[in-house]
Amino acid sequence: MNLEPHLPALQVVVPLLTAPLVVLLRDARLAWWAALAASAMNFAVAVAITGQVLDGAVVRYDMGGWAAPLGIELRVDALSTILLLVVSGASTLALLGGRASLLEQVGEARQPLFMAAWLLALAGLVGILVSGDAFNIFVFMEISSLATYILVAGGPDRRALPATFKYLVAGTVGATFYLIGVGMVFMMTGTLNIADMELRLATVGDTNIVYVAAGFITIGLALKAAIFPLHAWMPNAYTWAPHVVTAFIAACATKVALYVLLRMDFFVFQKNLVDHELQFAFVLMPLAAMGILFGSIAAVFEPNLKRILAFSSLAQIGYILLGASLVTVAGFNASVLHLFNHALAKGALFLAVVCLGLRYRHLDLADLQGAGRHMPWTLTAFALAGLSLIGVPGTAGFVSKWALIIAALERGALGVALVVLIVVSSLLAVVYVARIVERLWFGEPPGENPAVSEAPWPTLAVTWLAVGANFWFGLNASLPGELAQRAGEAFLRHLP
Amino acid sequence: MSPQSLIAAALAVPLAGAVLIALAGRWPNLREGVTLVTAGSLMFCVWSLLPEVFAGGRPALVVGEMMPGFAIAFTVEPLGMLFAALASLLWIVNSVYSIGYMRGNRESRQTRFYACFAIALAATMGVAFAGNLLTLFLCYEVLTVSTYPLVAHKGDAATVRSARVYLGILIGASIGLFLPAILWTYTVAGTLDFVPGGILEGHIAGPAVGFLLALFVFGIAKSAVMPVHRWLPAAMVAPTPVSALLHAVAVVKAGVFTLTKVVLYVFGIDFLDAQPSAEWLAPLAAFTILAASAVALAQTNLKRMLAYSTISQLSYIVMAAAVLKPLSEVGASIHMVSHAFGKITLFFAAGAIYVASKKTELHQLHGIGRRMPWTMAAFTIGALSMIGVPPTAGFVSKWYILGGSLQAGNLVAVFTIIGSTVLNAAYFLPIVYRAWWRTEESPPAREHGEAPWPMVVALTGTALLTLAFFLYNQPVIDLESQLVGRVK
Repeated sequence: MNLEPHLPALQVVVPLLTAPLVVLLRDARLAWWAALAASAMNFAVAVAITGQVLDGAVVRYDMGGWAAPLGIELRVDALSTILLLVVSGASTLALLGGRASLLEQVGEARQPLFMAAWLLALAGLVGILVSGDAFNIFVFMEISSLATYILVAGGPDRRALPATFKYLVAGTVGATFYLIGVGMVFMMTGTLNIADMELRLATVGDTNIVYVAAGFITIGLALKAAIFPLHAWMPNAYTWAPHVVTAFIAACATKVALYVLLRMDFFVFQKNLVDHELQFAFVLMPLAAMGILFGSIAAVFEPNLKRILAFSSLAQIGYILLGASLVTVAGFNASVLHLFNHALAKGALFLAVVCLGLRYRHLDLADLQGAGRHMPWTLTAFALAGLSLIGVPGTAGFVSKWALIIAALERGALGVALVVLIVVSSLLAVVYVARIVERLWFGEPPGENPAVSEAPWPTLAVTWLAVGANFWFGLNASLPGELAQRAGEAFLRHLP
Repeated sequence: MSPQSLIAAALAVPLAGAVLIALAGRWPNLREGVTLVTAGSLMFCVWSLLPEVFAGGRPALVVGEMMPGFAIAFTVEPLGMLFAALASLLWIVNSVYSIGYMRGNRESRQTRFYACFAIALAATMGVAFAGNLLTLFLCYEVLTVSTYPLVAHKGDAATVRSARVYLGILIGASIGLFLPAILWTYTVAGTLDFVPGGILEGHIAGPAVGFLLALFVFGIAKSAVMPVHRWLPAAMVAPTPVSALLHAVAVVKAGVFTLTKVVLYVFGIDFLDAQPSAEWLAPLAAFTILAASAVALAQTNLKRMLAYSTISQLSYIVMAAAVLKPLSEVGASIHMVSHAFGKITLFFAAGAIYVASKKTELHQLHGIGRRMPWTMAAFTIGALSMIGVPPTAGFVSKWYILGGSLQAGNLVAVFTIIGSTVLNAAYFLPIVYRAWWRTEESPPAREHGEAPWPMVVALTGTALLTLAFFLYNQPVIDLESQLVGRVK
């Protein structure tokens, strides 16, 4: 049987079907192996799809042979591909490096169930990305969200529970808003297929109900994507989740929501709604700018390592939104590039946190002082990934910031102001990264001096792999660059 | 080997050396052996490029594309060739010296020290050979980051504070000013390649030129033009070999080198000469020369005094480049060499004094010449070179800078050179006098003679280089004359 035409379906089917199998396995070791195998296979399929997309194809798949717009269509273009790589790659790396940490934080008995939830989250996230149908996106969004709540609540720290509750409320409101919006559009157009929606909206584009629908969809997704000021659920969810889960969801959960936001706003509404770009100029761009500043400043003053990184994520989401809200091809390119590059940097940083978490119970900077003396490899990896977060040249973070600045400069005086903003926030990133590195390297260990050793080598090796990827894609950005360019070309076709 | 593979080797050898040093950490003799072999191979690779560049060749190597249109590319031109040859030569001497210093001082974490040193040298080679601004910026930042652990080496609270100043000013200026300058250059000129004669002519005019130049000058904080000089005295908390090679040669010269390269290959001297808005640079450099000399006069700590002397000497190079005449551009490049030989000798001597006697303050140095005659003889030669007295290297470069200033009719520059020569004499000669002609006020706590022999060998070697450069400098001048020949 030739599997090649079925690749998009396999992306979802493999983790979705492995999940119940994992529950049946009952053995922590086997469950981990099965989850890892499913995740790795997903990554392999994503790589195969990348090959097809790079050949210039938009990979389409009709579920059950029913043609769109009646049937359910899976549709993978360059924009979805780059995130498929991120999601399946982050899941695989986090599982590969996280075995020891998962055993410690989740425990052996609950491991199979936990792995099943992990796979469902993966299936949901991937499903959102391959889906060409607005309602299916909602379904997969719910699958991934429900599974992610379980993952976040799965840690040993009880503070995870209120964090999860907050996340759950915010996530449900977000998803419901999205569903209301999609329902209204369906009411006006009679279709749920995204490509079809765009065509049919042309005749009803300036009715109030479509504007209201667009508002619901954008706000709902902004809530899920933790766009400032709708980010309140995010820092605590990241902080109290098991470390391995943070490494996984920090690299992808909010980014997938951002993906849906870009997909709906640019590929459905942009062409049809009169003055739609005002939404970007007057709402999303100021919010992005405020998010960048607020996130960076909050990160400078936070005492907890994971919260610092969470607030830094808030700022980075701001960058991604900022690029898109320029509503130019260059800005969209930069946005897509930053989706990829920020996932690399943050993923590597949180993997280093996994290493630290194996040796330290509390991750306040005060508890971690002097950790560098005991764990030099971990801390070196953290420092190098931190460079990518700052955007030092030679790292992935630099490539997308550079692209973002070049895109902003196309906008004249406004662009210069945005460049100042980006530079200031990069300098703040220098401050918060240097603050962590300095205290962890040179600080005096608190009170009793525990005999801490370096993290186990599998975790460390995976962390270094992620760090290496930051440098590889910083010096040779042709793969994400190519995908971002293709995504930009597609974007161009949807401009009015 | 082809020139391309030599360039690649010059970048890869120190990096490979860093990895091997880290792996050999448990066996100190092997580790130091690796350092010396790496330094030797690096010098071989770099110096093998010399004949080609002498013959007018400009070997180039494109490593890859960072983004479409932005290549990581290296091109060897006379200025970078000189800088790389100088740094690779002095790394060998400095490694010998380091072994004596680090062991004599029983420093901890020596593996990290040697490994970071090798990475810093790789970054220096990258800066020297960079073929466009983006590649240069990349290597420039690697240099900053890799030297941070060296500055913070001691790890106590005061050192970490100084290291924070070091990193804060260098990274802050480079991201806050240098990077915007590069972006601006790219948006107006459409390219970042180094082209003889500049890339900006016709793309930018009026006061904007002066402003862009300011972004470059203050963004390249490594050249320590006031008021972005504070990191250099702060960096003196590092072990002396770091101060000697990095903060007298590699890092600071990377700064003035970058600035000179920007003047020559991005602005172009003829273009810049025609811009009234860019005329502020030479007076600012002149002010830095005099002010830093005056501050040096007030210092009581030997290394801090040398740091302020370095700030003043760096601005000689900046001023010479900013005078924008062929003779002065040659002078700027030669001063990189002559100051390097002299200043590294002075730092070597300061470190030797510290290792042998633990003395760091100027007033403690009475009569030390009798205990450490070799060290203080070398110190004297270095001091004379800083003042610019024949027969030392400093005379040669000052001659050219003075010639260029007269060519330009730039009286500010001429009088600055004269004035600072007086100041230099005023702070160096008393030390020399005290060391040789005064007697010790009290016997030292511990009897001592010279520092360990590797240190004495190293500082004697650089002192001899300082003298030799006065007598034999024609190849360097020929090489650098190509620079203005091509630029014109």
